[in-house]
Amino acid sequence: MKLVFAKAGLFVAAAVALAACSPAGGGKENASASATTAMTASQAGGPAIMRRLTQEQYEQIIADVFGSTITLGGRFEPDVRENGLLAVGSGQVSVTAAGLEQYDVMARNVAAQVTDEKRRATLLPCAPKDAKAADDACARETLSKVGRLLYRRPLTQAEIDGRVAKAAEGAVKLKSYYAGLEASLAGMLVSPQFLFREELVEADPSRKGMTRLNGYTKAARLSFFLWNAGPDDELLRAAETGEIHTAKGLTKQVDRMLASPRLKEGTRAFFTDMLEFDRFGTLAKDAAIYPKFNFKAAQEAQEQTLRTIVDHTVTQNADYRDLFTTRKTYLTRLLGAIYRVPVDQPTGWVPYEFPENGGQAGILTQVSFVALHSHPGRTSPTLRGKALREVLLCQKVPDPPGNVDFKIVQETSNPSFKTVRQRLNAHATEAMCKGCHKITDPMGLALENFDTIGGYRTNENGAPIDTSGELDGIKFNDAAGLGKAVHDHPGTTSCLVNRVYSYAVGRVATPSEKDWVKTNLEKRFAEDGYKVPQLFRRIVTSDTFFRVIPPAEKPPAEKLAGKTAAAEKLIQTGELK
Amino acid sequence: MSAVTRAATRRRILQGMMGGAAVTVGLPFLDCFLNGNGTALAATNAQLPVVFGSWFWGCGLTPGRWEPQSLGAGYKLPVELQKLASFRDQLTIFSGMKVFMDGKPPTPHQTGHQGILTGHVPKPGVKADYASLDVLISDQIGTKTRFRSLEVTGSGNARDTLSRRSASVQNPSEVSPMALYNRIFGPEFKDPNAAAFTPDPKVMVRKSVLSSISEERAALAKNLGSADKARLDQYFTSLRQLENQLEIELQKPAPMAACTHPGKPEETVQGLEVNAAVKNVKLMSDLIAHALACGQTRVFNVAFADATSSVRKPGETATHHILTHEEAIDEKLGYQPRAQWFNDIIMGSLADTASALRNVREGDGTLLDRTLLLATSETGFAKIHSLENIPMMIIGKAGGRIKGGQHIQAKGDPATRVGLTVQQVMGVPASSWGTESLETSKTFTELLA
Repeated sequence: MKLVFAKAGLFVAAAVALAACSPAGGGKENASASATTAMTASQAGGPAIMRRLTQEQYEQIIADVFGSTITLGGRFEPDVRENGLLAVGSGQVSVTAAGLEQYDVMARNVAAQVTDEKRRATLLPCAPKDAKAADDACARETLSKVGRLLYRRPLTQAEIDGRVAKAAEGAVKLKSYYAGLEASLAGMLVSPQFLFREELVEADPSRKGMTRLNGYTKAARLSFFLWNAGPDDELLRAAETGEIHTAKGLTKQVDRMLASPRLKEGTRAFFTDMLEFDRFGTLAKDAAIYPKFNFKAAQEAQEQTLRTIVDHTVTQNADYRDLFTTRKTYLTRLLGAIYRVPVDQPTGWVPYEFPENGGQAGILTQVSFVALHSHPGRTSPTLRGKALREVLLCQKVPDPPGNVDFKIVQETSNPSFKTVRQRLNAHATEAMCKGCHKITDPMGLALENFDTIGGYRTNENGAPIDTSGELDGIKFNDAAGLGKAVHDHPGTTSCLVNRVYSYAVGRVATPSEKDWVKTNLEKRFAEDGYKVPQLFRRIVTSDTFFRVIPPAEKPPAEKLAGKTAAAEKLIQTGELK
Repeated sequence: MSAVTRAATRRRILQGMMGGAAVTVGLPFLDCFLNGNGTALAATNAQLPVVFGSWFWGCGLTPGRWEPQSLGAGYKLPVELQKLASFRDQLTIFSGMKVFMDGKPPTPHQTGHQGILTGHVPKPGVKADYASLDVLISDQIGTKTRFRSLEVTGSGNARDTLSRRSASVQNPSEVSPMALYNRIFGPEFKDPNAAAFTPDPKVMVRKSVLSSISEERAALAKNLGSADKARLDQYFTSLRQLENQLEIELQKPAPMAACTHPGKPEETVQGLEVNAAVKNVKLMSDLIAHALACGQTRVFNVAFADATSSVRKPGETATHHILTHEEAIDEKLGYQPRAQWFNDIIMGSLADTASALRNVREGDGTLLDRTLLLATSETGFAKIHSLENIPMMIIGKAGGRIKGGQHIQAKGDPATRVGLTVQQVMGVPASSWGTESLETSKTFTELLA
């Protein structure tokens, strides 16, 4: 036990720390994690993992299987973010008692609607001979059809027998076929087979002694990654026939999935996760200071960025990096009020291109970024810089230290400090603060033209705002310059590739996978012109994506990994402090 | 309660048996404590079951303004605790409590409560599977009630909870009084004082369906690695709890004399605006008090807001948290006036929760008398994230098991001493608690009645 623990410590030390929070600190312990890799990139793979459905996936499956008019009427327990992604957290959480209580509420609500008189004729494949009695044949047909979609595989004999028996027991006790079916279906909806995505492995006939994901698990990995939904009938069929295991069969499915409009949903889900938009759920701005910013504005701000991203990366199939410089976006009238742009159309979305030199450039200057990473009543270059590093460059900014003397910071109520820059400069004279703030503030300050809700401004408390800044040695004068620096930063694309892979497999990449991502996937992404759908294709048609390596190879729980190789190099060379 | 009666009470027998030294012994519920209609229970409310509550807030209080000047009983109530004045006789204040790091770097606003409530400070990047105090206690006293525990927060964010069974099971908080009301007092609520009781056949069917899911456990677990298997086990722990909940619904509940049905609460706005947080905590505390009086649970946890205390005053650009760091200490006053404003509000909110319990009359006492409400923050001085002298308090008498109204000062002791004492008072068979320098086997015996 002791030994294992010591090893865990090593891994953590190797994978963390952008720079310590002291002036003397630096990422000194950066022994390369890949040096410990026994597997080469060509044999890369990782363990199968059990993931809890996310809220969106749960909702999507119910809508796909029973129609979008079904209401849930319950609450989801919060998804948990690990290593930058809820998708990774989903592979680490279980279900609490309070959470299961809510799943049970939703399961009963859904089952009641599916079996009610209005819907049963359209949703259920058969009707019982006698509605007041059990009908095993009809229950079996119904539950095996629905069960295949809910469990993302055919039910085992024991499973279907058990469900049919419970439907019969309920029908007898409650003197109603539909009441029995309802109870049995509700049970299916709270069962772990539905709530968790279990990944099943089987012997790989093409490689002796090796294992692979079984067909249904492959189908689920594909559909949750590309569509954020459960596998459809066609994918399940390809799993059933084994087609999914052949290169030709897999390509056929991937072609179909990438051409589907559902790819947009999948892309949206990935960026919603990566950009931490779940935090909008609790984002509030001070209504007295910012009356324009309300719940609706928060929703539309997310939607603006997601529309921009999906249009740019999927519809236009354009270079991912240009998201940080593009002036093209979509607006509503409400958002127009925040950006001070007149929007004629009273409702809905209109395409819009911000003028050159108007201050707006790229998604970093959109409300969704500057408002999400601000305090309720004021901006925070520190929070914005931290988000830029952690969310978009996959670096870890260290926490502020304990027991620090904040004497200098006390001076911030001094009326001569009018701008945030002046207040932050006050920190910078304090050695303990300087180390950390140097990592975050220089890039955050370039966004100071955008107030806490994203409105454009040129002065603060009557003093002109200086938006000059720096990102890892690249200096710039304003937000557009920052966007260009992010566009050109090697960490930007490398971070995306690593995040997408991690999102697709639902866990931190193993050392062998990291090697493969670095030496293969990142290179291909560049060769392909940084096209996101092509990156998805490279991943789902690779052997690595489906290769199962037993958990022994899995690195120990390391919370702070996820920093890119490029960032690691910058630290080693001392460029990043 | 009459002081001169010498009749047999459970409490007196306990005291006599243990010489007042320890109260971790289970005692049979003797019939002589009950009269024919069960009102004796309510009349001597020390015999109703004990209740545990935790109440957490971030950013602490102002050092020097919340610690009494004298030790033991009869202290003068310090200035920042004035909102708790009416609880003075059952308010025990712990000062000097410390969380030791053992060289691990602290995570601001997290390390303090981790140490206090789980007895363990994790290494950075390592996930610690230590359960929180309330879970250890609910395992002891909460298994026979409909809800093992109830969690609420005023922040509007269900993630703001400190109740955890393990790293992968963090009990989410209720954020809406209306949702909490529906959960406790919705259609599934069974009035313990109702004359008639018929078990619902639908509930029987549901319970049978849930049991059949348990039967598939072995088949599911066989394909899983050890970490996933542990997560599946936790799912089944939750499933058992749901089955237990239904089992309780199928039995005629024991009458609870003080049980009344609360009205539907008003719809509220949730969020970090401090008045909204106060209002939501107040409404939910009231619902919890009703739930306790009706025997629905025996454990509850309130998190005033997030651990960083990001609450804000309307129209102010800085949050409580920002103010604790940035506001200068007024030299004349000797404290940070704008940050301190929040301390008063938060202590007022704590008083709201305690009042909700005291408002429930049970015999000649109140629900608060049988409760141990542990209030704790996470830092001794938010400005510098200090882990020394973290404010901790206990309100309530825990059914006569503890002596209230004292000031207990620690001299560099780990804060886990409070947690261990509380566990023992609540009947958890623990003789030591905590890891590394937070491990302790010493309790505060002066607290015990």
